[in-house]
Amino acid sequence: MSTNDAYYIPNKAVWPVVGTGGLVILFAGFANYLNGNAIGGWFMLLGLAVFIVMLAAWFTMQANESEAGQYNHGVGISYRMGMMWFIYSEIMFFAVFFGTLWYTRNLSVPWLAGVGDGPGRSSAMLWEGFKDVWPTNGPGNVGGEFEEMGAFGLPFLNTLLLLSSGVTCTWAHHGLLAKNRDQLIKGLIATVTLGFLFVGFQAIEYYEAYHEMGLTLGSGVYGSTFFMLTGFHGFHVCVGAIMLSVVLFRSWKGHFTPENHFAFEGAAWYWHFVDVVWLGLFIFVYIL
Amino acid sequence: MSAVTAEHDHHDHGPAKGLLRWVVTTNHKDIGTLYLVFSLAMFFVGGTMALIIRSELFEPGMQFVNPQFFNSMTTMHALVMVFGAVMPAFVGLANWMIPMMIGAPDMALPRMNNMSFWMLVAGILLLASTFFMEGGAPAAGWTMYPPLVLQTGNALPFAIFSVHLLGISSIMGAINIIATIFNMRAPAMSLMKMPLFVWTWLITAFLLVAIMPVFAGAVTMLLTDRFFDTSFFDAAGGGDPVLYQHIFWFFGHPEVYVMILPTFGVASQIIPVFARKPLFGYSSMVFATAAIAFLSFIVWAHHMFTVGMPMAGELYFMYATMLIAIPTGVKIFNWTATMWKGAMTFEAPMLFSIAFVVLFTMGGFTGLMMALAPLDFQYHDTYFIVAHFHYTLVPASVFMIMAAGYFWLPKWTGNMYDEKLAKLHFWLSAISVNILFFPQHFLGLAGMPRRIPDYAVQFADWNMISSIGAFIYGPSQLIFVYIVYKTIKGGTGEKVTDEVWEGAKEHSLEWTLPSPAPYHTFSTPPKEVPTLSTSRS
Ligand SMILES: [Cu+2]
Repeated sequence: MSTNDAYYIPNKAVWPVVGTGGLVILFAGFANYLNGNAIGGWFMLLGLAVFIVMLAAWFTMQANESEAGQYNHGVGISYRMGMMWFIYSEIMFFAVFFGTLWYTRNLSVPWLAGVGDGPGRSSAMLWEGFKDVWPTNGPGNVGGEFEEMGAFGLPFLNTLLLLSSGVTCTWAHHGLLAKNRDQLIKGLIATVTLGFLFVGFQAIEYYEAYHEMGLTLGSGVYGSTFFMLTGFHGFHVCVGAIMLSVVLFRSWKGHFTPENHFAFEGAAWYWHFVDVVWLGLFIFVYIL
Repeated sequence: MSAVTAEHDHHDHGPAKGLLRWVVTTNHKDIGTLYLVFSLAMFFVGGTMALIIRSELFEPGMQFVNPQFFNSMTTMHALVMVFGAVMPAFVGLANWMIPMMIGAPDMALPRMNNMSFWMLVAGILLLASTFFMEGGAPAAGWTMYPPLVLQTGNALPFAIFSVHLLGISSIMGAINIIATIFNMRAPAMSLMKMPLFVWTWLITAFLLVAIMPVFAGAVTMLLTDRFFDTSFFDAAGGGDPVLYQHIFWFFGHPEVYVMILPTFGVASQIIPVFARKPLFGYSSMVFATAAIAFLSFIVWAHHMFTVGMPMAGELYFMYATMLIAIPTGVKIFNWTATMWKGAMTFEAPMLFSIAFVVLFTMGGFTGLMMALAPLDFQYHDTYFIVAHFHYTLVPASVFMIMAAGYFWLPKWTGNMYDEKLAKLHFWLSAISVNILFFPQHFLGLAGMPRRIPDYAVQFADWNMISSIGAFIYGPSQLIFVYIVYKTIKGGTGEKVTDEVWEGAKEHSLEWTLPSPAPYHTFSTPPKEVPTLSTSRS
């Protein structure tokens, strides 16, 4: 089918159900593991394997259908809308943790330190001597002494890496539009490499935090917000880099035309989204 | 999008054979049916839990269940009804009706549609599995406030991951609906010609995409607080349990509108048909829906007046909440004005709709009472709030889901339902629902707290009456199941027309299709669509 203005109804597929099964096994395994059953860990691996097989199969199916010219312009628009609103939901997910950081720094920590306390002076009774400072692990000194993560070491380097990966990604897109496959592939290789470098440096940063600075996920609310925000972001970088790797593989196989390259666009949007979230993190978590 | 449909090998032609049809299907009607059947089953599961609650509360003292199990019942009743019954029922209706109402052949992303349904089943299964775990099912209330919820036994991570799965399911469903409405409309179907059911679902879908990730984030922090040493909701580490309530209700308030906006949509489809008049104030309905959705994001702390917010916060959330009465009032006015001087007939869908308009207004007014911060200090966590939100959910959402069933079953099956039995179902429901919930207002005002298995003797009479209402209401719903089953199997034997209801063609596109609607409809977009806005430019 190739008439550009016809409705397209896809074939039935078994992969949605398989993927759901994989996710359930993964989650149920994880829950069991958290409850102290070691067997849960194996189920997690099994679920993850099923999920990965599903992703590979579903993507292959979509790529083949796309290359067979089954997707018309309207289908492309539906996919783009789907991706756009998916990214929007991801923004809302990160907004929760940014909001948590804001609430903690501006409300809960000052309140614990007695700001705005009435005549009862409950904070002085409960948490005597606790000062409104940031970073903090709270009046209970939860997790023990720790050092603050500075902005201008690895994090700054990582900012540069991620920003330049945004540039190489756009450069690859220009290559695709100009039918310059060489530029497309080189741009994607650079982007994916920069992405994985970022993740590598973040791993080093985490290692130092845990082993040299005493800063862990358990370091009160500073450790909680720091690792939750940067951790979820790092996870999203991995997902984005994997998406771009798939796109790289497909580009290398000769897929995509200047008119038809939703997979590239979707992955690139996602990559820019991850990029922008990092800028937010760099400002609100590291600098301020 | 437009014009021709290419008949082609890659096309999906008909359903797969046997049970596999329901597993691999990408057809919007199949998936809609799956959603509706699943939600009906969950309605009875959640309803059984409600009857256990009402049995225990029939008299003061401990009769049937232990307090821990009682708390599990209130928690699971809410979770199952919200995420298993009401939301999926509306998604089912959306799947069935939106493509047919906008002149599309199917949903925009049919495979994701399938996944979205199975994720829902998976999430509910994970949730249900907690009944068999050490420590029992979650019992800290459906809002899952820390620190109490962190004392849940082995069920906690399962409940949290179940929320994640349900969230993924809802987000995928919502994205699909947005893409369908924006991208699959027939060329003649401009935005301001869309039936209100489509409009309300579009706005609901925006709410869902925005709030489900927020809920996911909140429960993720519960998970890490319990298992990974974080201190988000722990004051000793610098966190704050009240933060959870802020995040939860930022999700929670729009969430209740997720359950009521499509209700408004269904009512706006049914009332004009049986009043034989165009919907009064079509565009004001659209704008009122949008206004309600917008306001829903900026009023969340009215659920938390008693946590000790600064005075400025109390006042702001009080006034902002009261604003919601304006667009809601516009809607009530419009439905009433639609009926005004109409040539009305009172078939079951219309009876349910009229009951909805009256009883939802009641639920709205008690909402207004609780919006007043100083008064809420008295009502907070009493049976008054239980009465309030049940009035907005049972005689509103549940009534309109069933009204939608009666309204569209003839279109779906080609058979007519048994009107006499349906009327019996209506009167039993409408009367018993008031016996069930009205006395709870009095109990709440007298100070009876919610979520308790035992109570002081002064609350005995009204509790008994309320329980009697529950025992009439619950079994009456079996009539609905019987009617639906009979209709699918042939109904009254009377062959329905394409239009089904007199003049329905002038209100919405689905009535131009054959009854029953074929497996694929609108393979070519319709040329003309009904005009709904009465103010012509
Ligand atoms: Cu609310």
